[in-house]
Amino acid sequence: MSLIRVENLHKSFGSTEILRGVSLGIEEGEITTIIGQSGTGKSVFFKHLIGILKPDQGRIWFRDTEVTAADTTTLVEVRTHFGYAFQGAALFDSMSVAENIAFPLREVLGIKERKETARRVGEMLDWIGLPGIEKKRPAELSGGMRKRVGVARALVTKPEVLLFDEPTTGLDPVLGETINDLVVRVNKELELTCVVITHDIQASFRISDKIAFLHEGLVAVEGTPREVARSTHPIVRKFIENSFNELEV
Amino acid sequence: MLEQMERIGVESVPIIGLSSLAIGMIFSLQMVQLLQPFRAEIAVGTAVAVTLARELAPIITTLMLIGKNGSAMAAELGTMRVTEQIDAMETMSVDPIHFLTVPRVMACIVMFPMLTLMANVIGVFGAWVVAVGAMEVESATYLDQMFTVLRARDILQGMLKAGVMGYMTAIICTFYGYHAENGAQGVGEASTKAVVSSSVAILVADYVMAMIFWG
Ligand SMILES: Nc1ncnc2c1ncn2[C@@H]1O[C@H](COP(=O)(O)OP(=O)(O)OP(=O)(O)O)[C@@H](O)[C@H]1O
Ligand SMILES: [Mg+2]
Repeated sequence: MSLIRVENLHKSFGSTEILRGVSLGIEEGEITTIIGQSGTGKSVFFKHLIGILKPDQGRIWFRDTEVTAADTTTLVEVRTHFGYAFQGAALFDSMSVAENIAFPLREVLGIKERKETARRVGEMLDWIGLPGIEKKRPAELSGGMRKRVGVARALVTKPEVLLFDEPTTGLDPVLGETINDLVVRVNKELELTCVVITHDIQASFRISDKIAFLHEGLVAVEGTPREVARSTHPIVRKFIENSFNELEV
Repeated sequence: MLEQMERIGVESVPIIGLSSLAIGMIFSLQMVQLLQPFRAEIAVGTAVAVTLARELAPIITTLMLIGKNGSAMAAELGTMRVTEQIDAMETMSVDPIHFLTVPRVMACIVMFPMLTLMANVIGVFGAWVVAVGAMEVESATYLDQMFTVLRARDILQGMLKAGVMGYMTAIICTFYGYHAENGAQGVGEASTKAVVSSSVAILVADYVMAMIFWG
């Protein structure tokens, strides 16, 4: 049984229908990537997984808990199993980098010890390749650095499931590769389940166990990279053809 | 919470001090000129002190603080909303309403009355300087009459009003910030709406409270 199960998810904002019946299973210990055009509702989909947004219709389970029917206490408990790296990093700009990364340690895990916190923060900064920036403010960082700090903040509690919203968009190819490697590494070494939204089709084919293609509010195609590569869905084909040259496919 | 108190309280001392001083002086000047023909200028101290305590000090303080801190509160929370910082808090098992609103509300409840008290003192001082210094009203009688008529109750009820208005300001401004949407434009709108709504709300509340206390 899938770790996260999404059934027939519908969501509209005003009169615009964004999600129109998304169903998807996310398997434990796997890397699942979600691909789709800009504005199809990928970020909106993510926010439903941890109950920040409520669906108009449809259900979501995490293990045996129905997220979509959970009360506040249950929802808080469910969220402790998740780490979320936001598309725009969403760093708290009133806090330093170190305080940002320490925030979930204190609030989610209740770790208040200074030394332990500093050690873990330092470790995370090493992981994302930005050692020694503890004292900096988010406003002093570049977009790519902010993004990586956002990833560090999501990772620091070592949650069971990591949600990455476009972790590589806006990074140069070398850095993007580092982040992709980081995703693979936490998946293999820490055995975390990773769900990644990305526009980097090549990387998604390389790192994913499963790819889901979101189009017009529905999962148009899903499967292993191999299955998706063989799909005849026109938009999917277009995406793939634009990302690879003929030889590679 | 301490940070909020500092921002609302300490940093507002100059602006509130200056405006209450100005109000006290202007008020005194007008009153002396009005009352001199009736040889009643000695009552200026009383008039200024009582109106300041009951109405002017709480209102001036609150309006100043809405402009200075209320708008900032709405803009700050609004920015946090549109940059997903509030969502991020939620994912980290933190109740953003509690985390963001409570310290601001508490700081306002404490600091509005404190600054009102300060505005009272400075306003009365300003009035005395003008009346005695510039308009040659006799100081001893002026003060004597002022302290006979002015009651502690007036000052305390004025401060109580300021506390209530501070509470309302914090709730209204954080509410608009919390529910901001549509990017930077939305943050601007939230901030404007917060200032307008809280100004109107506190004026209405002030009238109602004045009816209850002194009606
Ligand atoms: N809180 C909201 N209120 C109203 N509309 C919203 C809200 N959140 C998202 N939308 C709308 O939903 C649509 C999908 O947004 P979403 O951010 O999920 O796109 P996306 O697939 O993540 O795109 P991108 O690849 O550009 O990040 C957009 O048209 C957006 O305007
Ligand atoms: Mg998005």
